[in-house]
Amino acid sequence: MAIAIHAKNIVKKFKKNKKIVTALKGIDIDIYEGEIYGLLGPNGSGKSTFIRIASTLLFPDEGEIEIFDHDVRKHPKYVQEIMNRVSVEASFFRKLSAYENLFYSAGIHGISKKEAFNKIESLIDKVGLDRKRLKDPLEDFSRGMQQKVAIARAFMTDPKILLLDEPTTGLDPRAKKDVQKLILDLRARTKATILLTTHDMNEAEKLCDRVSIIHNGRIMITGHPQELKRKLVNKISNPTFEDVFIEFTGLSFEDAEYGKSSKEVVSA
Amino acid sequence: MSVKPLARELRASLAFIERNFNLTKRYWKWEVVFFLYTIANSITMGFIGKGVEAFSGTPVDTNYLILYMLIGSILWGYLSILFEIVAETVAWERWEETIEYTFMAPVRRSTHLLSTCGYAILYGLLRSVVILGIVSFFFDLNLAGANFISAVGILFVASFSFIGLGVVAAILPLISPEKGVQVVHIFQALLLMFSGVYYEIDVLPVWMQNVAKLSPATYALRGMRASILEGQNFSSQWSNIWPLILMGAVLLPAGLKIFSIMEKWAKRKGVLKRSG
Ligand SMILES: Nc1ncnc2c1ncn2[C@@H]1O[C@H](COP(=O)(O)OP(=O)(O)OP(=O)(O)O)[C@@H](O)[C@H]1O
Ligand SMILES: [Mg+2]
Repeated sequence: MAIAIHAKNIVKKFKKNKKIVTALKGIDIDIYEGEIYGLLGPNGSGKSTFIRIASTLLFPDEGEIEIFDHDVRKHPKYVQEIMNRVSVEASFFRKLSAYENLFYSAGIHGISKKEAFNKIESLIDKVGLDRKRLKDPLEDFSRGMQQKVAIARAFMTDPKILLLDEPTTGLDPRAKKDVQKLILDLRARTKATILLTTHDMNEAEKLCDRVSIIHNGRIMITGHPQELKRKLVNKISNPTFEDVFIEFTGLSFEDAEYGKSSKEVVSA
Repeated sequence: MSVKPLARELRASLAFIERNFNLTKRYWKWEVVFFLYTIANSITMGFIGKGVEAFSGTPVDTNYLILYMLIGSILWGYLSILFEIVAETVAWERWEETIEYTFMAPVRRSTHLLSTCGYAILYGLLRSVVILGIVSFFFDLNLAGANFISAVGILFVASFSFIGLGVVAAILPLISPEKGVQVVHIFQALLLMFSGVYYEIDVLPVWMQNVAKLSPATYALRGMRASILEGQNFSSQWSNIWPLILMGAVLLPAGLKIFSIMEKWAKRKGVLKRSG
C-alpha cells in the first residue's frame, strides 16, 4: 500500500511573548492511502499544529513531511491540489451566502462554475443541507449547518487527502452521525486518505483504522483501536476506548511539565 | 503555462473578483458611509478653493482653484480605495477567519493579489466617476480646456505603482496581526502629506520635497492637473510619466516578491493564524 502522508521527526516551536512553546517534539507518522487515521490527544497537545504543517500553512522547524512522496515545503502546489480540510472553526465569509462561499472556494481551486454547481447539487442531499437556505448569509446558520457547508466545501474538490480537525465538535448527535456517515461514504467512494482529530473517543473508535495518541507534542502510542484496548486488559476489565485515551495521556514521563505547558500555554 | 493551469488561474482570478464584489455588496452600508464621507470631503475641498479669493482680497482664478482642490480630493479618494482594498486584503481575511483556506488553495499568490488589485481599480474608478458627477452639481465647473484622454492615460500608468504600494502595504498585516493595519494607515497619512494632494510640493521644506519625489502620487497628481487644468497632452508629460512607469516596474514585482518572502516567514513563525 502506498504511503499517503509520511512525517519524520517533525519539530515545531512557537515563540510567544519571549516564551518558547514546543508544540511538536519529534513526530513520526505514516498514513497509508485510503486509511482513516485518528490523531487523538488533549487540548494543546499539537494536533492542529500537525494538521497545519501537513496542509502547507506552517513550516516545521525540523523533520520532513511528504504527501505521496512530494515534500510539502518544496511542492506546496501539488499538495494543495489534492488536499482539503475541515477545521473546528467554520471559517467562512460570514455575510456571504453558502452558495457564494462555495463558489469562491471552488473558483480558487480552479473548478469551473458549472462543475461547482453540479458538485454542490450532488452534495446538498448527501450532506443534509437545506436547499432553501443556501442563499442566506452564513452568519445566520447554526453551527451544525455551518459545519455541513464546511464539509461540502472540502468534498467539493474531491480531495485525495482530507484533513479533518474536529469536524464534529459542537454538533448535535444526529448531525454528528450524519457527518460520520459522510466520512465513511467518502472513503468508500473515493479511497480518500483521511486524517481525523476528535475529542470523541467513540467516534475515533468507530471511524479510524488506526490512531495515534499524541500528548505534549509526542506520539505516545499508535495502533488499531481494538489493539490498543487489548493492551489494557491486564489493568482494567473491559476497557473502553476512553480508558485507552486516559491511560496513554496520563502516563507521561513529563507529567510535571504537562500541567504547566498545556494549561497555561493554551490560554496564553 | 499550458492551457489547463492557465484556465485554473483565470477561474481563481474571477473567483477573487466575484468574492470582493459580493463583499462590497453585502457590506453596502459601510460603503455608503465611506462614500458620503468622501463626497463631503471633496465638496469641502472645492469650497476651500472657492473661498480663497475672499481670504486674499485679490482676484484669483477661482475655477482653477476649485478644480485644483477637487482633482486632489478625487484622486486621493481613488488612491485610498485602491490602497485600502489591496492593503487590507490579508487583514480582512484574518478577521473573517478565512485566511487559511485562501492560503491553502492551489493558486499563485500573484493571481490572488493582482485579482484583488483589478477589482480595486474597477471599483475605485467607478466610485470616482460617480463622485465627480455628484460634486460637479455643487460647482460651476469649466472643463472646456481639459484633456480627459490624457488624464485617463496618467491614471492608468499611475495605477501600476499604486498597486505596487498596496501590495507592499498588504505585507504589514501579514506579518503583524495586531498592528499591521494601523501601520498601513500611518503610511497612508504620510503619503497624503508628502504627495501634494492639496498643494504644490514646492511649498514643502526641501527635505520633504525630496521625499515627495519618491511617491508615485506626486507624479500622478501633477499629471492629472496638467491634463485637466492646462489641457496638456499625454505625450507632452514625459517628466511625469517616466517616474510612474519606473516606480510601477519596480514596486509591483518587488511587492509581489517581498510578499511571498514574508508569507514564508509567516508560515515559519505561525502568524498566519494565531488561535486554534
Ligand atoms: N500559531 C501559533 N502561535 C503560537 N503558538 C501556537 C500556535 N499554534 C499553536 N500554538 C501552541 O502550540 C500548542 C499546540 O497547539 P495545537 O493547536 O496544535 O493543539 P491541539 O492539540 O489542536 O489542541 P485542541 O484540542 O485544543 O485543538 C499549544 O500550546 C498552542 O498554544
Ligand atoms: Mg486543535
